[in-house]
Amino acid sequence: MEHAEEHGHIVPYRTFVKVWLLLLFLTAVLVFVSTAYHEALSVPALLTLTPLKAGLVFFYFMHLKYERPFLKALVFMTLAVLTLFIGLIFLDLSYR
Amino acid sequence: MSSAPAHPHAVHKDYQGAKLGMWLFLFTEILLFGGLFLLYSAYRAKYPLDFHNGGQHLNTFIGVANTVILLTSSLTVAVAVSAIQKGNKKLAMICLGTTIAFAFMFLVDKYIEWSAEIRHGIYPNGPALAKFPDGEKIFYGLYYCMTGLHGLHVLAGVVVLSVILDFVRREKITSADFTKLENAGLYWHLVDVIWIFLLPLLYLAA
Repeated sequence: MEHAEEHGHIVPYRTFVKVWLLLLFLTAVLVFVSTAYHEALSVPALLTLTPLKAGLVFFYFMHLKYERPFLKALVFMTLAVLTLFIGLIFLDLSYR
Repeated sequence: MSSAPAHPHAVHKDYQGAKLGMWLFLFTEILLFGGLFLLYSAYRAKYPLDFHNGGQHLNTFIGVANTVILLTSSLTVAVAVSAIQKGNKKLAMICLGTTIAFAFMFLVDKYIEWSAEIRHGIYPNGPALAKFPDGEKIFYGLYYCMTGLHGLHVLAGVVVLSVILDFVRREKITSADFTKLENAGLYWHLVDVIWIFLLPLLYLAA
């Protein structure tokens, strides 16, 4: 089987540049929020925008958007396990 | 038994399998750094003030500069993959070379950052660090472990990407078979993702 047939999806350069600009923008927002003394804003922003940035890299730069559901499910399971363990740690810490 | 190959001399390559294998390796990397993130979260919950103060001593400018460097180097690797798919060998080589240059810039920044801290006596068992409160000692211990392990990954990325660049030059990687470049790209993007998490944990959450 030809390589191109198997996963011939070529992501246009333009898509990558857009994602890169979005990532830079999100980084700027994060830095602004965390240095401008909006305490109530900075923690929720860090907790939502950081995974969003990672998601953009996974989905576009790492081609996950164009992969089989099987691979998507594997990635989801790995991240779910890590999140579960972080959740369990905090459950443990908060009841000490 | 799979169907007989159309060309008797053609070597069957399992591209999907190769990529799956790379992802499995990346999962182990996610869990490796995940363990450190767990440790960080647990100790941050125990010493919130010390972690806050520790983060304030770090050089946010260098942290942000390195984020921009890594995000841009991720862009150039991603473009290199699309370029080789289109058969544009020259653009792929330029992009890979740029990525390697960015990786060196990252390491130079890291050198400047670490040497400034070490000069101030802030390193494991250093004179200044010994006077810090316990939580801040743990913060700096984690800081050196996490950025150090990440830095080693950047260094490994330089080696991998250099080999890939040579493969592209010698046309061992072409539009007909580019899995090696794709997998090296996946590794490099993961190094970027880990840094995306290190930036808020160490530099911004102060």
